[in-house]
Amino acid sequence: MPRFSRLFACALFLALFFAFLPRTARSQENPYIVTYDQFLEEPRNLEVEYFSTYGTQRGGNDFHAYWLEFEYGATAWWTTEIYLDAQTTFHDSTVFTGFRWENRFRPLKREHFINPVLYVEYEHVSGADKILKEIEGHDVESDFLPPNAEARKEIDNELELKLILGSNFKGWNVSENFLLVKNLAGEPWEFGYAVGASRPLALKAAAKRCTFCPQNFVAGVEMYGGLGNTSSFGLNETSQYLAPVVVWNMPSGWTLRASPTFGLNGNSHQFMIRWGIAREISGFGDMVKKVFGGHS
Amino acid sequence: MILLVSLCFAQNQPKAEKPARNSSQDYSELTKAPEKARVRPNPFENDPNAVIAGQFLFEGHCAECHGTSGVGGKKGPSLRAPEVQDATPGTLFWLLTSGVARKGMPVWSKLPDAQRWQLVRYLKSLGPTNDTNIEKP
Repeated sequence: MPRFSRLFACALFLALFFAFLPRTARSQENPYIVTYDQFLEEPRNLEVEYFSTYGTQRGGNDFHAYWLEFEYGATAWWTTEIYLDAQTTFHDSTVFTGFRWENRFRPLKREHFINPVLYVEYEHVSGADKILKEIEGHDVESDFLPPNAEARKEIDNELELKLILGSNFKGWNVSENFLLVKNLAGEPWEFGYAVGASRPLALKAAAKRCTFCPQNFVAGVEMYGGLGNTSSFGLNETSQYLAPVVVWNMPSGWTLRASPTFGLNGNSHQFMIRWGIAREISGFGDMVKKVFGGHS
Repeated sequence: MILLVSLCFAQNQPKAEKPARNSSQDYSELTKAPEKARVRPNPFENDPNAVIAGQFLFEGHCAECHGTSGVGGKKGPSLRAPEVQDATPGTLFWLLTSGVARKGMPVWSKLPDAQRWQLVRYLKSLGPTNDTNIEKP
């Protein structure tokens, strides 16, 4: 079995195992797939997520990129996450494309009109990575043309910093992300952004247990793209995307997201369809402590 | 594989009987609510459905730490203590909105205002109790 298959199969097994643990918590997620809001994972909870992106490719083969995400609430002010990325390019091959380790910190004690969150990520990914979790610098559609065998030879070690700002107003969530990326091989700093707005279909909870109640659905829109780099800042030669988003927060603890994504200029993929499924496991940290003999 | 089996076993272990966290420190945040927040009335005060809706929200988001009937758990203090039950609805709404991140209480502003008020309505309906032992599973 190739190394990729073993690794990803193992991670998938873990994800499924965690996802089907019975101690789940009801999550209340915003629908964004790229934009981060100001909310962190609840302390000691683990959220296991699978995301998928089908993308069109002009001049080449369409692709299906996917990632597994393990998001853990270390404290009420710190969330840490591991991502495992992979992709299949049609008529080419399937490759494991790397991992990311992400941390988010909420520096302020109280809720304000604008709430900042600081984000630090290290990523070790190959040039074949196509998950498009963030768009930065002069990333354009033609970067995705090289065949996997060639693209995966390029290995990028990157440091990614984000300032996440989030506000809630009359039921709406508005989030803005400002992104700085540094390839540790000495390339210039690259910039990007993501903004999103969303609102539950009903603000008041129903006085009955229900799966399809409107308060379980949150709909919105997000927009994201690159902003060049230190030597050429701006929108020139960048890709930009607009995406309606919707999430269904099921009382069973499962969360389902979907987002058709449209490229806004000639440098962008014309169309992508993204979806994701997540399950929140409550008290995961306590379970691990018990296994190792600690008191939770 | 051993780790996974152990995790399954660990999560099915009965919870130990331990006193709930109810030191006065746990409630000190309530005294920090600004006057403007403290005096806000609950718009759902006279809505009988708000208690039921609040109960479902409580079960989904709060019971894990504060126990299914709010008497406290390993992670969260009792919500039926006099400090909570005597607090104004506005104070409880403020605390839910802001959280107490340094003590492990998450920010709940991810729930819309209306749902936080419904939660407050349910909390106030619980009434006080001196029973602050952890609930049996």
